[in-house]
Amino acid sequence: MNHFPEAWGRPRDDVYGPYNSSYLQTTGPKGHTQSPAVTGTTVLGVKFNGGVVLAADSLASYGSLARFTDVKRLRKFGDTAVVGFSGDISDMQYIDRLLDSIDVRENYSANGNTLNARNIHTYLSKVLYKRRSEFNPLWNHILVAGFDDDKKPFLSSADLLGTTFSAPHLATGFGAHLAIPILRRLFPEEKPLEDISKDEAVAALRECVKVLWYRDARSLDQYSIAVISAQGIEFQEDQQVEAQSWAFAETIKGYGAQVN
Amino acid sequence: MTSIGTGYDLSNSVFSPDGRNFQVEYAVKAVENGGTAVGIRCKDGVVLAVEKIISSKLLKPGANKRIATVDRHIGIVSAGLIPDGRHFVSRARDEASSWRNVYKGPIPVSALSNRLGSYVQAYTLYSSVRPFGVSAIIGGWDSEAELAVDGQVGNGPNAGSGGKVEGAKAGGPGLYMIEPSGLYWGYYGAATGKGRQAAKAELEKLDLSAGNLSLLDGVKEAARIIYVAHEDSKDKDFELEMTWISTLDGPTHGRHEAVPRELLEEAERAAKAALEGDDEEDDATKGDAVDSERMQE
Amino acid sequence: MVGHGMTGMLGEDGIHVDMNHLKKGEVNLGTSIMAINFKDGVILGADSRTTTGAYIANRVTDKLTQVHDTIWCCRSGSAADTQAVADIVSYHLNMYSITNNEAPSTQVAAALFQELCYENKDMLSAGIIIAGYDPRHGGQVYSIPLGGSLHKQPYSIGGSGSTYIYGYCDANWKENMTEEEGIQFVRSSLQEAIKWDGSSGGVIRMVVLTAKGAQRHLYLPDTGYTGPGLTN
Repeated sequence: MNHFPEAWGRPRDDVYGPYNSSYLQTTGPKGHTQSPAVTGTTVLGVKFNGGVVLAADSLASYGSLARFTDVKRLRKFGDTAVVGFSGDISDMQYIDRLLDSIDVRENYSANGNTLNARNIHTYLSKVLYKRRSEFNPLWNHILVAGFDDDKKPFLSSADLLGTTFSAPHLATGFGAHLAIPILRRLFPEEKPLEDISKDEAVAALRECVKVLWYRDARSLDQYSIAVISAQGIEFQEDQQVEAQSWAFAETIKGYGAQVN
Repeated sequence: MTSIGTGYDLSNSVFSPDGRNFQVEYAVKAVENGGTAVGIRCKDGVVLAVEKIISSKLLKPGANKRIATVDRHIGIVSAGLIPDGRHFVSRARDEASSWRNVYKGPIPVSALSNRLGSYVQAYTLYSSVRPFGVSAIIGGWDSEAELAVDGQVGNGPNAGSGGKVEGAKAGGPGLYMIEPSGLYWGYYGAATGKGRQAAKAELEKLDLSAGNLSLLDGVKEAARIIYVAHEDSKDKDFELEMTWISTLDGPTHGRHEAVPRELLEEAERAAKAALEGDDEEDDATKGDAVDSERMQE
Repeated sequence: MVGHGMTGMLGEDGIHVDMNHLKKGEVNLGTSIMAINFKDGVILGADSRTTTGAYIANRVTDKLTQVHDTIWCCRSGSAADTQAVADIVSYHLNMYSITNNEAPSTQVAAALFQELCYENKDMLSAGIIIAGYDPRHGGQVYSIPLGGSLHKQPYSIGGSGSTYIYGYCDANWKENMTEEEGIQFVRSSLQEAIKWDGSSGGVIRMVVLTAKGAQRHLYLPDTGYTGPGLTN
């Protein structure tokens, strides 16, 4: 038997034939993230007269396992912008730290200027695009909320490919299918932003979160809301989905012909 | 320093036969000509102040800041060659950022001072470089709150962590001064630059080691000390620049910031009044801060 | 059955070991691990089974690894990967305490673990729970699941066996338990995990971290996991 270290951990030649050492090559293409591990679901956003509201639940799923139920996915940047994350939580933490380091550096030039939500969105979309171009995407779909250069409410999205999209109301993940139609009905295109109050916007998001809790199997009934307005950022964390409708289950019997 | 180099002062990193490094000593000379800078370690924060000599009427008042922020909770002021000070600050920022990348939290003031001390010292070892022409005062506040990991999600028990020890060491003020040799100490009060003698004499009167001076009083004292230290170069106009770092529940919430304008002006008014009062009383105490404080290494 | 692109113990030719699979198969610690906060600090617990497929390669494994005086971790996933990561963190924490004249906090350990697990997520299969005690912050528990995210938790469970005890733990968890209550919680939870998970088994090891330092406990299956208890 061969006792040289090169042979350690390999099948015996006398049993399996000579070993093909090309299997041991350490060079070659580097593997990258092909799928996320711990994930967050929908983020919702709506503009209103004088600001933007974001909402996201507190769940981080591990496949279908509801593994972490206290994950805050709305992250503050400076005093005027909030980023909402869906997708991979480890990449969310990476981006959160990236934004923090930018905030630190930005304060070094004490000219009183701070990065607004529009700047953050432009920056993050480029980071996301660069990473997908390296075949190593940051597995997130984000909403950025705050104000633009003219101090007007700003809401825009960017995904893991670097695709960006902007609209008066936005949703990522399951919410894009379930919440957007509700928001479109509540706030039709003809309705000017000035006619949407903060309370209306918050109420609409609460309603959407409830529908998502009913129909998104990766959602949770605990969520956070962030209201970004000229007065600053108001976080409402540990919110509970309320006024749910379940009692009608009593009237549902069988699955067709059955009467009792 | 009366002796001359007799050839041993021409190259950095070369010792003279009696064990001196002349280039470092000349760097100290550069510091001694710079505007006075002071730092005071108070019980609830740290104050930094600098006397900015106005070298031209064409300079915009209030512009060209001399006290820099590092991370969020640390300030650096230096006396000596201004570009050297800028480079020093740039290195400090890189160190703070590298600490954050590894440990996911703010660098303690002591650790930053240690790293910068090593950096400055390395500039005394090679003939291809010259030592830093600055003495830098590093002031900061290490958070007294429970530390989080940057980007943290989730919480511990609602009731808080178990087994915490009452009165365990948890943050606080930090003040250090680094000299061109790379030597650094922690201080209750630090002064460097042209008026350092007078400034140190004033700092010593404050009994800072007792730990009773409040941040607000510290601001007033720092302003007064800069004015006292300026007495010897009265012919030149100067501007007072001041920053501070407080406790988390104090005025700056643990961040390094400029002292607000109203407070700065109030402190300056008080400083001027105190000086005028002093002049009337007697000039006897002045000039007894003799040149006996040269620190030998 | 040895078809194109199939992953098994052997490669396509039926002879050569598929390195990708070898890494996964040889190493997987099908496991039950957990760590909890209690009144005076933290308790870590683990089963002792290491498997290669259905074969128990080690029935008395120690999955509780010290990385500093009162900072320990529970390892799950690849034994080789998690040992390598723990060794690197242990080195860094040792250097930290020397250069900073101060013991590292649990946060520092968690940050180091996360950086390694996140930046090398494509090469690692590691699920690590970090638990530590320091006088300033008391006991703390952090969890780093597969992708390399970091979660601070009141208590944490991990490994293949943990999926069987989510309900048990959630129903029985209390904050501020005494040491006895905490040990009982960990022991009964792991006992349940061992019972239902074929990849978990053997003895139950525990480490209690408090102001007094680290204390090991051991509970054997042939005594119904009642003892011997405190070892060291």
